[in-house]
Amino acid sequence: MTDTAPAKTTFTITVDGKEIEALPGELLIAAAERGGTYIPRFCYHPRMRPVGMCRMCLVEVVGPRGPQLQPSCMIPVADGMVVDTESPTVKKAQDGMLELLLVNHPLDCPVCDKGGECPLQDQTLAFGPGESRFVEEKRHWEKPIDLSSLVALDRERCIQCDRCTRFADEVAGDPLIEFMGRGAYTEVNTFPDDPFASYFSGNTVQLCPVGALTAKPYRFKARPWDLDQVESTCTSCSVGCRMAVQSSNDRVVRLLGVDVDPVNHGWLCDKGRFDFEASNSDDRLTMPLVRTGDTLTESSWGVALAKVTEALSGAKDRHGAGSIAVLGGARLTNEDAYAWSKLARTVLGTDHVDAQLGDGLPAEVVLGLPRATIDEACSADLLVLLTGDLKEELPILYLRVRGAVQDQGLRVLEISPVETGMTRYAAASVRAVPGELASAVGHDTAKALLQGAGKVVCVLGRQSVAESADAVMDAAAALLEAVPGVTFLSGLRRANVHGALDMGLAPGVLPGRISLADGREWVGSTWGELPAEPGLDAHGILTAAAEGKLQGLVLLGADPLADFPDRDLARRALAGAGTVIAIDAFLTASSRQADVVLPAAIAGEKAGSTTNLEGRVSRLNQKITPPGTARADWMIAAELASRLGGDLGFESVAHITDEIAAVAPAYVGITSAALLSSAGFDGLLTGGLHDAHHEGPPSMGRGEAVEVDAVAAHGDNPTVEVRDSSPAPDQPDPSAGSEPHGDESSTAEAEAILAGGEGDHVEAVQKSAEAGESVATRPNRPAVLRSTPTVTRRAVPAVDGYSLRLVASHKLYDDGTLVQHSPSLAPLAPGSVVRVNPADLERLGVTAGDSVRVTSSRTALTLTTQADLGVPRGVAHLAFDQPGPGAADLIDAAAPVTDVRLETI
Amino acid sequence: MARLNAQNVERAKAVIRRYPRERSATIPLLHLAQEQDGYITPEAMEHIGELVGATAAEVQGVATFYEMFKHEPVGTYLIGVCTNLSCMILGAEQVLEHTEKVLGIKAGSTTVDGMFTIEEMQCLAACGGAPCLQVNYRYFENVTDERVDGIVDALRNGRDPEGQSIPPHGTLSNITLPAPTTPADRERPEEIHPAPQGVES
Repeated sequence: MTDTAPAKTTFTITVDGKEIEALPGELLIAAAERGGTYIPRFCYHPRMRPVGMCRMCLVEVVGPRGPQLQPSCMIPVADGMVVDTESPTVKKAQDGMLELLLVNHPLDCPVCDKGGECPLQDQTLAFGPGESRFVEEKRHWEKPIDLSSLVALDRERCIQCDRCTRFADEVAGDPLIEFMGRGAYTEVNTFPDDPFASYFSGNTVQLCPVGALTAKPYRFKARPWDLDQVESTCTSCSVGCRMAVQSSNDRVVRLLGVDVDPVNHGWLCDKGRFDFEASNSDDRLTMPLVRTGDTLTESSWGVALAKVTEALSGAKDRHGAGSIAVLGGARLTNEDAYAWSKLARTVLGTDHVDAQLGDGLPAEVVLGLPRATIDEACSADLLVLLTGDLKEELPILYLRVRGAVQDQGLRVLEISPVETGMTRYAAASVRAVPGELASAVGHDTAKALLQGAGKVVCVLGRQSVAESADAVMDAAAALLEAVPGVTFLSGLRRANVHGALDMGLAPGVLPGRISLADGREWVGSTWGELPAEPGLDAHGILTAAAEGKLQGLVLLGADPLADFPDRDLARRALAGAGTVIAIDAFLTASSRQADVVLPAAIAGEKAGSTTNLEGRVSRLNQKITPPGTARADWMIAAELASRLGGDLGFESVAHITDEIAAVAPAYVGITSAALLSSAGFDGLLTGGLHDAHHEGPPSMGRGEAVEVDAVAAHGDNPTVEVRDSSPAPDQPDPSAGSEPHGDESSTAEAEAILAGGEGDHVEAVQKSAEAGESVATRPNRPAVLRSTPTVTRRAVPAVDGYSLRLVASHKLYDDGTLVQHSPSLAPLAPGSVVRVNPADLERLGVTAGDSVRVTSSRTALTLTTQADLGVPRGVAHLAFDQPGPGAADLIDAAAPVTDVRLETI
Repeated sequence: MARLNAQNVERAKAVIRRYPRERSATIPLLHLAQEQDGYITPEAMEHIGELVGATAAEVQGVATFYEMFKHEPVGTYLIGVCTNLSCMILGAEQVLEHTEKVLGIKAGSTTVDGMFTIEEMQCLAACGGAPCLQVNYRYFENVTDERVDGIVDALRNGRDPEGQSIPPHGTLSNITLPAPTTPADRERPEEIHPAPQGVES
C-alpha cells in the first residue's frame, strides 16, 4: 500500500464463510459478534482491555502459513481476514480449554448461585467435550472468604480470567484485589487485613463468569430461573445508571447494571446496587399514620386524607395559600413531581415549593446555564470540577471521568477545599478554602489551564454545605467571565432532583425550565390560575415555619432534620409549622414529628420517568408491589386534589408523561411512546440549553431526535405499556371534570411540533393550532430559561486565629434513609470524624485520634479527630449527614461560612 | 523492623529514581526488603507500596509470583536441590535424601539453629552438570554425597565451600551504579502518564 492510499473506513472480513463489515481497530471477537457469530469467551469484556487470559476464544485465522489458532480477543481485524470459528482444530482447542478449566473447577453447580446463568456452565454445554479425563483430587481452598463486607470469594471456583482484578485496577482505580501466587496455586485475594473496600466492588460479582464472586445481599436468595426482571433506572444519585431490577416472590433480590453508552457503560456503584435492601425492610411504612397526642398511630387512608384535607383547606381559607409549603421531591419520579407541582400551584395555590433542601444551588441557575452531557464532559479539552467529591457523590460519573483521563488524556482542573477522589487524576488541583472559591478560579494554575483550552466543561455543584451557595455562584460567574463558551454539567447529587426542578418543584419556576413569569400564560392555559409571586426556597420555607408563618408543611420524602444543613433551624421549623404532613417510605427523624404520615412507594414499586444530571429522561419500571397500602406520590396528589375540590385530571402515569411532553417546553417529544421506543433505551435528552451553542432551534438533543421523530410521526397509536398499579378504590373518577388538554390533543400537538421539524417551536405550535382542536386558543410556548449565575460577592469574615473553617461534604454512605435501611450498607457509614491537617493538630496541641470539643456559633459537639494531609491548613472537614450529632448541628444556614473551634477535653 | 529502615529507604529512593515509573522498582525493592529481614514481611510490602505508589495487594501479587521471594523466615543458607529430569536420572533423589539426612530435616523445612533450609527445586538450567544444587543461588554441579558433606561442613564452620564465597541468604550484590540522570519532567505533579494503548471495541 502506498502512502497516498486513502485509509479504509471499513474492512470486509470472512467469518465461517460469511462476509461481514468490520471497523479498523476493532477486535475480531467483537466484529464477529456484531456480524452474528458468537465466539465463546471468559476473560474478554468489551469495556475493558483485552488480556487473552482464558484462551477460550481461539479461532483459526488464515495466515501466510495457512490457518493458525489465534485468540480472537487479542487480534484486531485486518481487511480481507478469513476466519473459521467452527473448524475441527478450533473445536479441539475449545474442548481442551474447557477440560483444563474444569480440572480444578468444582462441579457444585446445584448449590452455586451462578448455576443457571453461568457462562462456564453454558459454554461447557455448548462447546465442551462432555467428558473429562481428570481423575485426581481437585485443588482446595477455604471457601468462601470475604473480600469485603459486600463480596465473598470462592477461590475453588475461580478460573483466573482476570476480569475482577482488571476491573478493580483499570475501571475502578482501586487495585485492592490481585492474583497471588503462581501456577496451579494462583488465587485472587486481597492483602491481609486490607479488604476490597471499593465503592464499585459489586461490579466484579456481575463480571465474574463463574460463581467465584458472590454478593452477600444475594447469596442463596434465589435461583436465576426463578427471577423475573424489568429494566429500569437507578435513583440512588442523579447519574441515572440503567439497570435490571430482578425479583423473586415479589421482593427485589438483585440489581444488575445495563450497558448504555452515554451514561454508565454497564457499571453500578455499590450504593446503587445494594440499597434495594431498603425496599424489603420491615421498617417500611405500610399504613398511614395519624398523630394522637404524642404518638403516631396507624390509620386508614380515608381518615388520614380527611385530616390532611381539613388541615390544608383550613390553612388556605384562614391564612391564605401563602401559609402552605411543599418541601422535597427529589425521591419522586417526574410524573410524581409534576403532579405535586400542579397540586401546589393550582389547588393549594402556593409557590412555596422546593425540591432541594438548602444543599444544592438556586434552581433558576441549575436550569438556565448552558448545558453539557456526560459524553461532552469526558471529551472536553478541559474539565473544571467546581463540585463535591465525584467519587463520593456521583460515583459512576467519577468512573466516566477517570476513564477519560486514563484513556483519552482528558485534562481536569479541580477546584476544591479538600483533596478528593479525583485529585490524583487532575492535571491540577487548586485548594480553595471556604470564602476563596471565586478567587481560586483566577489562581495562576487555574488560569494557565483555562487559557487556550478549547472546549471547557464545568461540573457545577455544592462542595460544602457549610458554605453558602452564593460562593459557588460567584465562582461560576468568574468561570463564565474567564471562558465565555463554558458549558455546565450539574453536580447536584440527589436522585431525581433534576426532574423535580424540571417539573417546577422550586420557587418561581414552572415545568419545562421556564420561569413563573414567562410561563404564566402558557402553563396557565392548561393548569388554570397560578400563584401571583415567586415563593420561598427551602431556607425561606423553614425560616417562615420557625416564625410560625406556615400552617401547612408537606414533606415529600424530605427529612430536613437530616438533610438541611442547619439542624437547629429545621428543628424550630418542624415545631413551628402548623400541620406537618410527611409522605415517605420510612419514619425518619422529621416524619416522626409529623401530624400525618402517608406511606409512599419507592423505586421498583412504581413506574414513571426520571431525569439525570445531564437532562436525560429515562424510564423507571415497576417490578414489585408496594408494601401494604403504600402508593405512588402522584396518586396521593391526585386524591388530595379531588378532596380539596380540584382535579389534576390524571388517569395513569403515561397520561401524566404525555401532559408533561405537551406542557413543559424542555420536554417536547418526550412522550410515553417515545420513552418506550428503541430510541428511548438510552434515555432521551431534554431540549433547551444543550443547543445553546449550536445554530438552529432549541429542540430535543442530538441524534435521538431523529428516531423519536420517526416514532412520534409514524407510530400508529402505540399502546402504552407502562406497568402501573391498578387504581386504588379512592382514585379520582376519570370521568369527573374535563381538562382543557386531554391525552389526544397533547399527543397530537407534540407530533405536530415534531412534524414541524426544523421550524421554531412557536411556529410549530401555530401549525398544530391550524390543525384545529382546543389548542387554537393557546398562547405561545415560552423559551426555556437562560440564566447566568447571580454574582453576590458576599462578604466573608476573616477566620480568627483560634478557629478553623468548616467544610462539610457528603460521603457515599451516609445517614440517608435507604442506606440506613439496607443492612449491608448501613455499617459502612464512616461517622462524624473531624479531619484536620496534622500541622493544625500540632498547633492546637491535639493528638490525632483524640476526642475534642468542636464549637460553632450554634453548639458544641464532642467528636474524634483524624490527621489528614488532604485537608489544607485552617480547615476542619466533617462528613455531612452521618449517624449521630454532626455537621448539621454546627452550621448556621444564614451565615456565608461556618467557623469552628477545636478544644481539648 | 519489618518496614524498610532509614538507610534502606534512601537506597530504595535511589533505585526508584532509575526507572521512568516508580512501580517498575517493585522487584528491586522486594530484594532490598529480603536482604534486610531475610524474607518478605507484610509490613515491608505495605511500605514498598507506599514508596512506589502501588497498593499493598499489587506488591503482594508480584512478591508471591516469584519463587525467590520468601514469605517465611528461611535459613542463612538455602540449599536448593534440583530433582527435575536430567538430575533425577543422574541421582538427584539420592543427593536430596543425603542432604536431608546430613541436616536432619526434610525438604521445605529449616534447621532449628536457623542455618539451613532445603528446597526441592524444578530445573535449575544446569543439566550439563547434573545432578546439581544451589546454595543461596550459587551453583554446585555434579554433586555427590561426599561433596554435600563437604559443603555443609564448610558452611557450618564459616569457611567458603569449595572456594566459593557465599553470603547469607538475601544479601544483595555490592556492585552499585550511579542512577541515570533524572528526566526534567519526572517530578512534575501534573504529569499524566499516557495509558497503554487500549483497543476500542
